[in-house]
Amino acid sequence: MINGISINYYLLLSAVLFIIGAVGVMARRNSIIIFMCIELMLNAVNLLLVAFSTLHGDASGQVFVFFIMAVAAAEVAVGLAILSMIYRNVKSIDTDLLSNLKN
Amino acid sequence: MIKLIALVPLFPLIGFLINGFFGKKLSKSLSGIIASVSILASFVLSVLIFVELQGSAQKSHIIEAFSWINSGTLHIPFEFLVDPLSSLFLLIITGIGFLIHVYSIGYMHDDEGFSRFFTYLNLFVFFMLLLVLGNNYLIMFVGWEGVGLCSYLLIGFWFKNTAYNNAARKAFVMNRIGDLGFLLGIILIFVTFGSISFNEVFDKAGTVGTSVITAIALLLFIGAMGKSAQIPLYTWLPDAMAGPTPVSALIHAATMVTAGIYMVTRSNIFYSISDVASEVVAITGVVTALFAATIGLLQNDIKKILAYSTVSQLGLMFLGLGVGAYSSAVFHVTTHAFFKALLFLGAGSVIHAMGGEQDIRKMGGLSNHIKITFWTMFIGTIAISGIPPFSGFFSKDEILAHTYEHSPVLWFLGMVTSMLTVFYMCRMLFLTFYGKFRGTHEQEHHLHESPKSMTIPLMVLALLAAAGGLLGLPEFLHLPNWMHHNLESVIKRPDPMTMDHDKELILMGLAVLAAGTVWFFAHMMYRVNKVLPAAKEEQLKPWQKLIYNKYWVDEIYDAVIRKPLDFLSDIFYKFMDIAMIDGIVNGVGSAVKGVGSVVRLAQQGSIGFYVISMVLGVVFIVLLTFLIK
Repeated sequence: MINGISINYYLLLSAVLFIIGAVGVMARRNSIIIFMCIELMLNAVNLLLVAFSTLHGDASGQVFVFFIMAVAAAEVAVGLAILSMIYRNVKSIDTDLLSNLKN
Repeated sequence: MIKLIALVPLFPLIGFLINGFFGKKLSKSLSGIIASVSILASFVLSVLIFVELQGSAQKSHIIEAFSWINSGTLHIPFEFLVDPLSSLFLLIITGIGFLIHVYSIGYMHDDEGFSRFFTYLNLFVFFMLLLVLGNNYLIMFVGWEGVGLCSYLLIGFWFKNTAYNNAARKAFVMNRIGDLGFLLGIILIFVTFGSISFNEVFDKAGTVGTSVITAIALLLFIGAMGKSAQIPLYTWLPDAMAGPTPVSALIHAATMVTAGIYMVTRSNIFYSISDVASEVVAITGVVTALFAATIGLLQNDIKKILAYSTVSQLGLMFLGLGVGAYSSAVFHVTTHAFFKALLFLGAGSVIHAMGGEQDIRKMGGLSNHIKITFWTMFIGTIAISGIPPFSGFFSKDEILAHTYEHSPVLWFLGMVTSMLTVFYMCRMLFLTFYGKFRGTHEQEHHLHESPKSMTIPLMVLALLAAAGGLLGLPEFLHLPNWMHHNLESVIKRPDPMTMDHDKELILMGLAVLAAGTVWFFAHMMYRVNKVLPAAKEEQLKPWQKLIYNKYWVDEIYDAVIRKPLDFLSDIFYKFMDIAMIDGIVNGVGSAVKGVGSVVRLAQQGSIGFYVISMVLGVVFIVLLTFLIK
C-alpha cells in the first residue's frame, strides 16, 4: 500500500500506458506521434520503478528514474534534430516514405 | 678431455652454420676448408678422448650437457655417453668424414652447389655424432631423423633431375616406415621401464618378461631395417646412388647405414635375452646378404654394384649381431667403413676420369691411365673379398666362425654370400681396369688421374683397408683381439666361443680357399676369356634377366603396395572427400543461402512492419518464458 492505494493500480496504470505507447508506435506513421509514444512507454516504466521504489522503501529505483529522464531528454534532443533533418529532406515526417536504404 | 665431449658435435654444427648462412659469399676453397677443418677439429678431439678413455679405468662416462625435457614424471636430460663403442664410432665418423670432406673439395670442384654440399655434409656429421653420442633413445632418435633428413637432401642434391628427386623421396619414405617401428620401440621402452636412458634401461632389462623384451627388440630392429637397408626395406639404398659419390661413400656406405648396427649393438642386452628377436635378426641379415649379393652379380652401373655390395655386407653384419657376435659385427662395421668408403671414392675417381660415365660396359683398360685409383681400388677389392691379411678377411671370418657355432646352415649361406662378393667385386675390377677401353674416343682422350685432394684420401683409406685387420686379430691363434677386449664392457651378456681351435682353423682355410677359387674363376672369365656383359637386356638369359632387373622387387612393391594404396586413396577421395566432407561444407553454405533468399522477402523497409514484428517477438519470448516455467 502506497498512500492508501494498492500497488495493483500502479501496475495496471503502468501497463495501460505502456500498451498505449506500444500500439501507438506500431500503428501510427507520423514520426512525432511515434516519438511521443516512445516517451509514453518510457514514462510507464518510470512510474513502475517509482512505485516499487516506494513500496520497498529503496531509493535506488528513483535514482534510476532520474537517469532515465536524463537519457530521455538527450534522446529527445537528438531525435527531434533528426526529425527536422528528415523533414527538410523529404518534406514529410511519414515513416513509410523513409525507405531509401532499401535496395 | 672427456668432459669436452660436447665440442665434438659442436664443431660440425658451427661449420654447418657458417656455410649455411654465408656459403654463397665465401669463395669455394674457403667454404671447403671451413667444412673440412671443422671435421678435423672434431677428429682431433675424438682421438684425444679415445686415448684418454683407453687409459682410464672407468669405461663409461656420462656427461650431462643440459636438462632437456622436464614434464611431469618425464625427465630427459641431454646426456652424452662416452664408452668404448661410442668412441670407436666417433673415430670412424670424424676420421672417414674428414677424408671424404677433403676428397669432396676435389670431386665437387666444378659444381655450382659447392657450399650447399658442404653445408649438408657438415649437418650430416653433426647428426651422426649426436646419434652415437646420446645417452638415451630420444637423442639417438633425433640424430636418427637428422641423418635421414641429410641423406634425403644429399640424394636429391642435383634437384633439377626428377629421377634423383624420386630416389630421395623413396629413401625418405622407406626410412619413415622403419622410423615408425623405432619410435614405437622407444615408447614401449618408456612404458616398460619408465626411462629411456641407456644405463637405467639396461640395468632393469633382466627384470621384465621375455615377451616384452622381444617386442621391444623387434620394434627397434624394424628401425634398423629401414636405416641399414635390410629386406624388406632395402630398395632405397641402390637408388640412393643418385647422390654425389662422396655422399654414397660417407652416408650410404661408411656411417649412416651402420646406424642400425650401432643401435642393435647398443641395445645388445635385449637381443641377448630374446632368442626370437636374435633369430629374426640373423635370418633377415643372411637373406638380405645373399639376395643383394646375387643382384650385384649382373649390375652394370659401377655405383649400383657397390650399393648392392653394401646392402649385402650390412646383411652380414646383422647376421653377426643375430648370432651374438656383437663385437665382430662392430669390427666388420669398422673394416667395411674403410674398404667400402675406399671403393666408393675410387669409383668416384673413375667416374671423374670418365667424365661422368658410370657404366662399366663402357670402361676397360683404365689401369694404365689412373694408376693410383687402380691400385687403391685393387686393395679395396682384396679387402672386401676376404683375402688375408687384408682387413675384410679378419672381420668376415669372425662373423662366419660365430655363425658356424650357432647354425651351420646360416654359415653356409654366409659363405655363399662371401663367394658371390668376391665374384662381383672381381667382375667390377676387371671390367673397369683391364682389357681394352670401350668408351668413346673423346672419353679416352679425356682420361686423367684425379687431383691430389682426391688421391690422398684414397691412399690413406687404402692403408686403413689393408691394415685394419690388426684391430681384431684371431684370438684362437693367441693373437691380441683389441676390438673384442675394447667392447667387453659394452656387451652385457657375451656369448663366448666354445669351438675348438682346429675347427676354427679349418673354417678359416675354407673361407680363404673359396675366395681364392672364385677369384681365379673370375680371372679366367673376365681376363683370359674376356667375357663382356651383354650390351642389351634382350641378349640376357631368363634367369639373368630376373637378376638384372633386381627380381622385380620394385615392381612388386609397386603392384602390391602402391597400386592398392592409390586405389584406396582414390576411393576415399571420391567418397569421403568429395561426397562427404565437401558435401557437408557446401550443404551448410547452400542451406544458409536458401533460407536467406526466403527470409530476405520480409526486409521491405517499412518501419511499422519492423516494429510490429519486434513487439510480437518480445511478446512471444515473454510468453515462452512463462510457459516453460
